[in-house]
Amino acid sequence: MAKFQISRRKFLTAGSLGLSGIALSGCDAFDSGLGIGGGLRSFLENANGLTYRAQRLLAGRDALAPEFTEADIRQPQRPNGVTAPDDDTYKGLLANNFADWRLEVTGLVEKPLSLTREQLQNMPSRTQITRHDCVEGWSCIAKWTGTPLSLVLDQAVVKPQARYVMFHCLDTIEQSLSGNIKYYGTIDLIDARHPQTILAYGLNGKPLPVENGAPLRVRVERQLGYKMPKYIYKIELVDSFANVGGGRGGYWEDNGYDWYGGI
Amino acid sequence: MDTVANNQSAAKADGKDKTLIYRQSRWTRLTHWIWAFSLFFMLLSGLQIFNARPQLYIGKQSGFEFNNTILQIGAENTANGPRGFTEIFGHRFDTTGVLGWSGPPGQETPRAFPSWATIPSYYDLGTARVVHFFFAWILTTTLLVWLIAGLVNGHIRRDLAPRVSDLRKLPRDIVEHAKLKFHHTREYNTLQKMAYGGVLFVLLPLMIVTGLAMSPSMDSVLPWLNEILGGRQSARTIHFTVMVLLVLFFIVHILMILAAGPINELRSIITGWYRTDPPAKHAEPTERSA
Repeated sequence: MAKFQISRRKFLTAGSLGLSGIALSGCDAFDSGLGIGGGLRSFLENANGLTYRAQRLLAGRDALAPEFTEADIRQPQRPNGVTAPDDDTYKGLLANNFADWRLEVTGLVEKPLSLTREQLQNMPSRTQITRHDCVEGWSCIAKWTGTPLSLVLDQAVVKPQARYVMFHCLDTIEQSLSGNIKYYGTIDLIDARHPQTILAYGLNGKPLPVENGAPLRVRVERQLGYKMPKYIYKIELVDSFANVGGGRGGYWEDNGYDWYGGI
Repeated sequence: MDTVANNQSAAKADGKDKTLIYRQSRWTRLTHWIWAFSLFFMLLSGLQIFNARPQLYIGKQSGFEFNNTILQIGAENTANGPRGFTEIFGHRFDTTGVLGWSGPPGQETPRAFPSWATIPSYYDLGTARVVHFFFAWILTTTLLVWLIAGLVNGHIRRDLAPRVSDLRKLPRDIVEHAKLKFHHTREYNTLQKMAYGGVLFVLLPLMIVTGLAMSPSMDSVLPWLNEILGGRQSARTIHFTVMVLLVLFFIVHILMILAAGPINELRSIITGWYRTDPPAKHAEPTERSA
């Protein structure tokens, strides 16, 4: 095979040139077809539907996210996204220690609710030490206390045609020419009724701080952080994403994240 | 299923060229190229995902108020302007231009892995995740198909399973590789078996397992997985480390192909046909029956 043998220097050079060539042409060709709504992207996104179905099949309705011990709480919960809402409505509510804040439960329910903080806190509560996993890759363990969302949904009596719970938030996540966009997101009723899904008002034994979503944020422990909106003031039961922002089910979803954040 | 593969009579029927043998079955060839394609996209989308949090930690969580960071890629302002750095186990290296701070001259930006190494080339975590998880399904499915085919057609037992003689041949094998002296036989040599077996039975399964361990939903199904791996952030660190090992494998793999004769090696993984050394020069008796 002598004719195919080349010097060490030659094949090192050729090898590294080949590698960089593959890398360069690969990403340029790929970038263009990946915009939201594009054909290539929509095709690749089918895998997310497969992941959702596979994980729902394996995890079922009630498999619990791991819970940890007090010893695992080694630092304050890392805040992310909006940490100090600049909205006048929010600042007004905060100035009054949320005495005028209400949680509205509307949409496809038999009995719309308007709950005060006290009413919510007087309902049975759940406390859990769980790991918050951010889509960016970091994790942080903290103790969360709140009202199981299923109790609130039962009180409002969800209509059969409802499929998703939509969270409306007080914080402006994006300022655009067409106006301010406040954070919003949805989860399905399986996650909404999961035993660990709580409307949290307490963190590490204290009232929920502003940077972590005061007065109320949701915990969806089998999904990533972007699925757990903060600064909630309204829960709306809906049957589709048609009237949810850009139609993909949430603020970050409209910006390219998958609706299912279990992976 | 390619029963001729092991048969010397599989050489070209005209009898003139007995050194050309059918070495790689269609399953090996097909899965090889699907892996090559998938791993390319997995790597570049994975580096993009890493860029969202260019730190690696040991344990269950990321230390913000305590230090369990073992690797960090970042940018910092210095007297000489912004510089990129990479810090591994507390040892800091200036990696300006590649890691931490990179881009066209005058348009550098702070980013862990450079634009040419990520999909998309610009910062876009959501899209990278779409690409990564799509190819994760392809890669995993292909590995399962290969495993079943390899068990059924004997490829794993015949070509990859280690034998006592492999161990005996190892020292000489290392010396010959170092001298870039290659034997072209139907059988894989010991280092090849170790490399291919290591990738297919250790690295890729470990990649899949650590990937699953990072999924909060899978964590509710397999809570013991992260306990074995040392916590979710350790799983992420292992995932990254396995990536580095796969890249090293790829580089060595390409260099070995170039050194051993790229046309012959490529032909065997495309068409299946491989030119072996002429018998006269073939000092080594075949040890397949050993």
